[in-house]
Amino acid sequence: MSSNATTAEGDAPQFYELVPHHHAPHGSTQIGFWIYLMSDCLIFASLFAIYGVLGGNFAAGPSPVHLFNLQLVAVSTGALLLSSITYGFAMLDMDEGKKTGTLVWLVITGLLGAVFLGLTLYEFYHMIHEGAVPQRSAFLSAFFVLVGTHALHVTFGILWLVTLLVQIGAKGLIPANKIRVQCLSMFWHFLDVIWIGVFTVVYLMGMLR
Amino acid sequence: MTNEFWSFIFGRLTWDVLPLHEPIVVITFVVVAIGGLAVLGALTYFKLWGYLWKEWFTSVDHKKVGIMYMVLGIVMLLRGFADALMMRLQQAIAFNGSEGYLNAHHYDQLFSVHGVIMIFFVAMPLITGFMNYVVPLQIGARDVSFPFLNNFSFWMTAGGAVLVMMSLFVGEFAQTGWLAFPPLSGIEHSPASGVDYYIWALQVAGVGTTLSGVNLIATIIKMRAPGMSLMKMPVFTWTSLCTNVLIVASFPILTAVLTLLALDRYVGTNFFTSDFGGSPMMYINLIWIWGHPEVYILILPCFGIFSEVASTFSSKRLFGYTSMVYATVVITVLSYLVWLHHFFTMGSGASVNSFFGITTMIISIPTGAKIFNWLFTMYKGQIRFELPMMWLIAFMLTFTIGGMTGVLLAVPPADFVLHNSLFLVAHFHNVIIGGVLFGIFAGINYWWPKAFGYKLNEFWGKISFWLWNVGFWLAFGPLYVLGLMGVTRRLRTFDDPSLQIWFIIAGIGALVIAGGIGAMLIQFAVSILGKNKEWDTTGDPWNGRTLEWATSSPPPQYNFAFTPVIHDNDAWADMKNRHAQRPTKGFMEIHMPRNTATGIVLAGLSVVLGFALIWYMWWLAILSFVALIGAAIIHTFNYDRDYYIPVEAVAEVEDTRTRLLSGAR
Repeated sequence: MSSNATTAEGDAPQFYELVPHHHAPHGSTQIGFWIYLMSDCLIFASLFAIYGVLGGNFAAGPSPVHLFNLQLVAVSTGALLLSSITYGFAMLDMDEGKKTGTLVWLVITGLLGAVFLGLTLYEFYHMIHEGAVPQRSAFLSAFFVLVGTHALHVTFGILWLVTLLVQIGAKGLIPANKIRVQCLSMFWHFLDVIWIGVFTVVYLMGMLR
Repeated sequence: MTNEFWSFIFGRLTWDVLPLHEPIVVITFVVVAIGGLAVLGALTYFKLWGYLWKEWFTSVDHKKVGIMYMVLGIVMLLRGFADALMMRLQQAIAFNGSEGYLNAHHYDQLFSVHGVIMIFFVAMPLITGFMNYVVPLQIGARDVSFPFLNNFSFWMTAGGAVLVMMSLFVGEFAQTGWLAFPPLSGIEHSPASGVDYYIWALQVAGVGTTLSGVNLIATIIKMRAPGMSLMKMPVFTWTSLCTNVLIVASFPILTAVLTLLALDRYVGTNFFTSDFGGSPMMYINLIWIWGHPEVYILILPCFGIFSEVASTFSSKRLFGYTSMVYATVVITVLSYLVWLHHFFTMGSGASVNSFFGITTMIISIPTGAKIFNWLFTMYKGQIRFELPMMWLIAFMLTFTIGGMTGVLLAVPPADFVLHNSLFLVAHFHNVIIGGVLFGIFAGINYWWPKAFGYKLNEFWGKISFWLWNVGFWLAFGPLYVLGLMGVTRRLRTFDDPSLQIWFIIAGIGALVIAGGIGAMLIQFAVSILGKNKEWDTTGDPWNGRTLEWATSSPPPQYNFAFTPVIHDNDAWADMKNRHAQRPTKGFMEIHMPRNTATGIVLAGLSVVLGFALIWYMWWLAILSFVALIGAAIIHTFNYDRDYYIPVEAVAEVEDTRTRLLSGAR
């Protein structure tokens, strides 16, 4: 009944792998982490949808033109985008097995991330100080949660990065650590891509509203 | 001063929130407490704690995790069904001015918690259990891609269930229906702990579900045995892949929307409020964008189970494998394009409603194709009427009727008449019981011998089968009638005495179903404790066709000593046809993941975090959150996560199997 049953005589197919094929360690990790990132992407997609629908509901409160400071956002965007490049340098050094170089570039990446985070927090502080609190309108709720969720991701990215610095320092660039650096790299670039969306949809288009 | 101190420590948790004024709940508590103590006492007396901890709770073996999911699902089924019985009794007697025996506060919690438990903590764990147990075996793998994550996912799901169960005795559950629409679920209209239990139980469980989805997708993509191309995968694995894609693509939306609802309630933001620009409709759209794929998450693996059952017990290849795969994929995609049919009446307008009505009706085409594929698989097959096959036939009859009432509801003008009625309630029970639950029962009877090495008792299985089928129609047939007469859902009391007879029939139906559940439990007990077990020494009790039947029952920890090579989509049937010889020597050491307690610790901390947030114990929330992150980081410092099973151990297990196989012939 099987179409394959007509295999030529003497050429019996192999049904068991008598010599095990080599499983690369952490072979599923990258695709698994990438799938996780896509699920995270959908959280952001929901928040963008919320912002798209509610972002114009100012409830007679402040609107983007009153609140946003594009120069500040330009600086923080620059810091974050630059941190993606420096992460790339860390990856290059890691591929060449240079432990110190990897660590240095990772530290620079983390510092740039911290600059971004600091500027975001400053912006939040400034807005709250002016009475533009998340409770004020649906627009502000959506703004704080979209930008805040991104900032929270950056925070966890930095926490992860610091943990990795310790682990690379202790164990060196062993395969288990390399795969973590690669996953964090995906995470970091992912946050950059999300930020480009935030920058465009929230800040640039907000100023045009 | 002391008051402030206590409210700092316990937040809003006071003695008043204990439902001591509800005799029903108090009696339930006493019964549960005595039962729980008896179980704990027995475990201690028989010194089983160490065994459970080492062999089960901390196990990363996909088979044990799968079985734990099944146990969780069955236990929660009893709770969810008890709620159903209470509602049936209330509706059967609350006529002619009688208030019944449940007050509104209690009754509203019952219909909410019934839905939440049945979907999230019965159907989801049961299908996830099957996917966990069966998928790695069917694709010839030794475990899932991320074994620790798998254990962690299970405990998060269990943690969510713990929070729901807690709400029965500490505080209350939501009185909002199972999807907690705002503004009713907002802080203004639901200030008590109920909606917060709902939010945090689902958030904790949702983490587990999402991660288990990620895990199983990676497993199916990366861990298939050599030769198993995508179009050679067993149909159950295909439906699992599609279901997990749906999980990963829809649960994040639930996470997001529940987070926003929580922010509205805790912080005072205005996402779903009725003022300051908030939009409750946004919630309803988003939650149904999760909610509709969710029903396909539940049904697709059951379609997979039925496909395996149909071909195995018809003793022939599945009819239309390719069309079955494409139908599954089409359903996966379409399930995202129909969510608005859950609220045709909420003002989207004729053109939007038409679009979603038509997409909904289109889904019946691939589903119909599947029904025909199963029928044609049976056609001219040598059918064996074993229990799984009986469930398949019952499913096809029941589910087709449920599907047709669904197509009826997909017509927007008809929906304007029937929405929110008992007709709708009858419809979705018709497809979820007739589809998902019957599929799960087929799967339990089908794979039990694989998991435990002996078949389930057939006599009690048949009794359970007939009671379920008769009970189902007795319980839900009347609801169709009542719905057509215009009776809306979620009513506690009734004015029109002529309706009572239908509710009494439905109540009798629920009792018959209770008999079905009881018979199933007896079936398990008789099978487990019985002396004359039908032992399965071959590992292939049903003359199966897919790879899980190629190994012993129960499979060894490593599943396959030698990875099978696949030439056909009924891999094991192919191997049997062409007399593939199982290697009996030349074993090698096998690389396996090590057990870990991190999963249960992280999930335990999550439950504490959820509880602290529900009761506004901010210090505890911060503490448990920090502990959670800390424990996760500490776990990453553990590099020693795997070990090798030595050759001698493998050889010993395999030699036993060789002896059994030769004795069986």
